[in-house]
Order: sequence, then structure tokens, then C-alpha cells
Amino acid sequence: MNEWIYVALFIIVGLIIPIGAILAGFIFGPKKPNPVKQSTYECGIEPVGEAWMQFKAQYYIFVLVFLVFDVEAVFLFPWAVKLGHLGLYAVIEGIIFVAILVVGLVYTWRKGMLEWA
Amino acid sequence: MNFWNDPLKVAADWLEGIFTGWGMDAVAAHVLTVFLGVFLMIVILMVVDVFLVWIERKVVARFQDRLGPNRVGPFGLFHPFADIVKLIIKEDTTPGDADKPVYNIAPILSMMSVLILWAVVPLAPVMLGTDLNVGVLFIIAAGAIGALSIIMAGWGSNNKFALIGGFRQVAVMISFEIPMLTMLMIPVVFAQSMNMNAIIQGQSVWYVVLSPLGALIFLTAAIAELGRAPFDLAEGESELVSGYNIEYSGMKFGMFYAGELLHAFTFGGFWAILFFGGYRFFGLEQVSPIFAVLILLVKALVGYWVIMWVKYTMMRIRIDQMLSFNWKFLTPLAFALLLVTALMNALLSSAPVWLYALGMFLANIVTAWVALEIARSATKQERERAEGPQKTAEARH
Amino acid sequence: MTAQQIIFIVVAAFTLVSALRVATARNIVHAAFWLVAALFGVAAVYALLNANFIAVVQVVVYIGAIAILFIFAVMLTRRDMRDASPQLNRNWPLGAIVAALTAAGLIALLRGWDGFTRSAADLPADFGATSVNLLGEALVSPEAYVLPFEVASVLLLAALVGAVFVAFNKKLGGGK
Repeated sequence: MNEWIYVALFIIVGLIIPIGAILAGFIFGPKKPNPVKQSTYECGIEPVGEAWMQFKAQYYIFVLVFLVFDVEAVFLFPWAVKLGHLGLYAVIEGIIFVAILVVGLVYTWRKGMLEWA
Repeated sequence: MNFWNDPLKVAADWLEGIFTGWGMDAVAAHVLTVFLGVFLMIVILMVVDVFLVWIERKVVARFQDRLGPNRVGPFGLFHPFADIVKLIIKEDTTPGDADKPVYNIAPILSMMSVLILWAVVPLAPVMLGTDLNVGVLFIIAAGAIGALSIIMAGWGSNNKFALIGGFRQVAVMISFEIPMLTMLMIPVVFAQSMNMNAIIQGQSVWYVVLSPLGALIFLTAAIAELGRAPFDLAEGESELVSGYNIEYSGMKFGMFYAGELLHAFTFGGFWAILFFGGYRFFGLEQVSPIFAVLILLVKALVGYWVIMWVKYTMMRIRIDQMLSFNWKFLTPLAFALLLVTALMNALLSSAPVWLYALGMFLANIVTAWVALEIARSATKQERERAEGPQKTAEARH
Repeated sequence: MTAQQIIFIVVAAFTLVSALRVATARNIVHAAFWLVAALFGVAAVYALLNANFIAVVQVVVYIGAIAILFIFAVMLTRRDMRDASPQLNRNWPLGAIVAALTAAGLIALLRGWDGFTRSAADLPADFGATSVNLLGEALVSPEAYVLPFEVASVLLLAALVGAVFVAFNKKLGGGK
């Protein structure tokens, strides 16, 4: 049988248990909402505006750099699995693969994109 | 095949026998049995989780020279149960401005992303869970869902602190995922498989001996992935007042809290599996699967203790320090170590085991030494550049 | 109908409904979350096909990186997440005609194809366990895909340099 059936069962049970726990809290807990209690928490000060506002774009740069290296690492996994059976040439191919991307990291670094400014 | 040698199979066969005896289809009976097994496993995990609350509180108390919980039950063992009762009968407030569906799904996904990690954990030679051939990558896939739940919690709450905390936590998680992915490849290179059980079977010599630096980088990345100190800048009690889970109360907060503790324990377990031989302990695991499970549990608890030790010893670092530490030091070092390991693996492939282990160990030490020397000279230059006009550090104070 | 077919229909329906919600959700962040659901459904389809590595990579790369990138981009750039403008503009009949023509063309093309009725050859029994090894060998052996493997690295480098260049220019332009 397909191994993913077990993973699917884990996902299903992993959803059932927290839903059950939260439902238990919903059933046994008191429900007395009022506007003050439901207002957004901002250390006791009246909340100013919405939270859904523009944030620092720097986060976006880091996700972009991450995306490239994530894909790179995923490419390297099959290489790593087979490495023991292949000779030195496979290692050299891997080194070339990583070296090309290290150029990208150095470029990003030199451009000052890795600074939190 | 008796109960002592393979308790899980005996129990499963017995249950399937009962189900088919009721006139159930063989496949349906099998699926139902597996479902019950998974359910039991997750219930046991939740019970372990409850005691983790006690362990965490007791250990932090010892680190801070306190007693910790000691009133309810022997050694305060029943404190977490009181906590659960409190969480259940607490009012579950939802902020009026929240994005309700997103806000409510986030804690469920957070807990689920931790629980499914156990699908690939081999508990004993005969208790494999899911014997996936991509088990190592599965950890990262589950982590992706965890990151998603955090961004959902931060956004759904419609709270500025929550959103900043969520952004920071996700930035930390994705940044340190690169060193973690790279370090996951090192056991893969040694074991020539991405299967968790094959990695454990390959560890006649624990991989921590072959790659001590790899184990250290993996632990660092795991701590960052967990969002624990020194990388807990998403929580930042003094600035963000708790971060992404600030608006949650009652059992929804409980899910985040329990998920965090179980996540830390789980990564203690993964550290043990990938670098410390998993359930193996000088052949004791062959005696009975029960011993194997206990060995893994003890190793996972030791890993969890190390994570707690780091958490309660180190102070929080700033986000710019965290990101430059990751991108300018840890990521290049991780890739360098992977390539050094691959090269040594090819050069020493026909060497005897002791020479192979010695060569790997020395290669790791040299890599670590070179990296530290480069970092030292770079920081020295940085310091001189920053302090140049004032001549000395004292001049500023 | 076999159990596998039932599971496939459920997963496919989930994926399609999620994809539809990506296009129709009024809240742009909700659309991004629906996209995650659709991508997860695709991963489930890969898992059904025994493509273990691709299924996990789908979650790691698409949900763990690309979806997060989308969500960050949406959250970082739009001031008002709940778009008040109408979702259709007056060109919609034109779009509908193009879509219908495309669908008709695809159906006409696929009518002569026997792939719907023919059943594929069975996978080898150990396919799940060995597929990653085969992939690894194919990626580095000179007879197979070693050049595409290295070119992929160059492609990733180009993507990184391009992204950094665009972001760098924005930085100079007085943005955040």
C-alpha cells in the first residue's frame, strides 16, 4: 500500500485533535464578549488604524534570496543520495553547481542587500 | 513473532482479526487499524506534551535557581493538568477586527505541522511509521506548513505586534532553513539514502563523530526554526509582548504553546536520529523494540535539554544580527562543509572505517577552524572601521 | 471505481475549488492562502502517482518558498488588502470568448488521443524506494542531464541577480 496513506492519516488525525481541543474550550468556556474585550491589544492604548499596513520591504529581499537557495538545495538532494556510488567527477559537478550560486550570494552581499537597513 | 519482538504487529494483527471477524473488508480493516494506531500515537504524543510543560517549567526553574512547580501532586507533576483545565474553561476571546477564518485555522495548522513530523520518525527497527524514501525532506515540508500557520496567525489577528512578530518569525525560519537543508544532506551523503531508517541503520559510527560541525550547525538552525532564544526575536516580550500569538487566548493559545514545546522535543529527536544513532545503543535495540523506543525517547529528551540549556543561557539577538549571522556566516559555512564532506567521502571511499572516520572528523575540525579565523579577522576589520574615528572603544563611553 | 480513483477525485475537486477561489476571492491575502491550498492539492496528486520526491519538493518549494514570497509581496505592497474595485472590467466578454476558444481547441486536439482509455504500464515494485537514486544518477551522469543540471544553477544565479538588481534600483529610487 502507498506510504502516503499513513501520512494522510497523520494529517487527518493531526487536524482532528486540535479541533477537538479547541471545541472543548468553546463548549466549556464562558462567552461574554464586549467591545472593550474584543478590541485589538495595543498595550492598553486605543488602537490606531489597522494593522494591515505597509511593512519593511527588506523581508521581501530575504525571501527572494531564500527562494533561490531553497531550489538549489532541493537540486542537490538527489546528488547527495547518489554521491557514494559515483566517483570524484560527481563531487566536482556539485562544487561547480554550488560555486556558480555562491557568485550570486557574493553579488547580493556586495550590493548591500543583506544589510538590515 | 511474539509480543516481545514486535508488539505493534501483534496488536495490529489482533485488531485486524477482530475487524475482519465482523465481516469487514480486509483493506478497510487494515486502514481502520492504521487509523487507530495513528490516533493512539498522537494521543500518546499529546500526553508526552503535557509532561513536557512540567519538564520545561522544572528545568527553567533550576536554571534560574528556583524550585519550579511543586504544589500539585508529587514534584508538582499534576500542574500541567491544572493548566489544561484552566485553558479549557477560559473564555476564548476573538478580536472584533480579526479575519476570523484565518485567525481560527492558524492554531490548528500550527499543531498539525508538528504532529505530522512523527509520521517519519522510526521508533524502533520494526516500528517505522511511514518508511518514506524522502523522509529527510519531509521535515522541511512540515516546517513550511508551520511557517504558513505563523504568518496566518500574525495576519489574522489584525494586530500590529502580531504581524511584526509573524514577519520576523517567518524571516528567521526561512533564513535558517538553508543551513538546515544543507546539513540534512550530510547524513544523506553518509547513509546514501534520504530514508530516516536507513540513516539510523547506517550509523555504526554515530554521524556526530563523522561530522561534529554538521551536528552543531543543525542544532543552531533547529533552534532558529523553533523560534527559541537566542532567536526568539519574534516573541520579544519587551517589545512585541509575545509576537504572533498575542491575540490568542484559551485553548487556541494552548495549541500554539503545546505545539512549540512538542516541536522542540521533536527536533531533539531529529537531532538524535540524524547524528546520534536514533534508537541504536550498542545493540540494545535488537533485544526488544520496547528498549529501542525508550532509547530514542531518552536521546530526544537529552536533545530537548540541550535546546533548553541554550534557551535559558543565551540572550536574544537583534534581527539584523540574526540575518547577517545566517547569510554571511552560517550559510556559506554550511555549503563549504557539505562540499568538504562530499570531497572527503569520494577520496576516502575505499579507506577502512577508522581512517574514514578520522579523516572526516579532522576535515570538520579544519573547516570549523578556518571559518572561525575568517570570521574573527572580518569582525576585527569591521570593529576597526566602526571605531576608527574614536581611536578606542573606551573613548565613546 | 477503485479507492485510488475516489481519492483522486476528492483531491482534484479540492484543488480545482481552491484554484477557483484564488481567482474569485475579494480579499487578496485570502486569495494567496487559497493558492497555498491549491498547491497542496497538486502535491497530493503527485503523492498519489508515487512521485515521492516531487510531492515533497512541491510542498518545500511551492508552499515553503513561493507561497510565502507571494504572501509577503501582497502584505508588503498593498495598503488596502480588501480591494473595493470590481473584479471584472468591461473586457470580460472578450476574455470569456478567448477562454472558450482555447478550451474548444484543447478538446479538439485531445479527442484523437488514446491516453484517456489506455492504461499506463505498471511501475516497478521498488519504484518508491529507488526513484530518488535514479534521479540522482541521471542528474550527474555525463550521458544524461549533467549539462541541464549545471545550467539550472546558472538560471538560478540569473534569477538572484535580476531580483537583487530590481530591488536595488527601488532602494535608490527613494522607496523603503
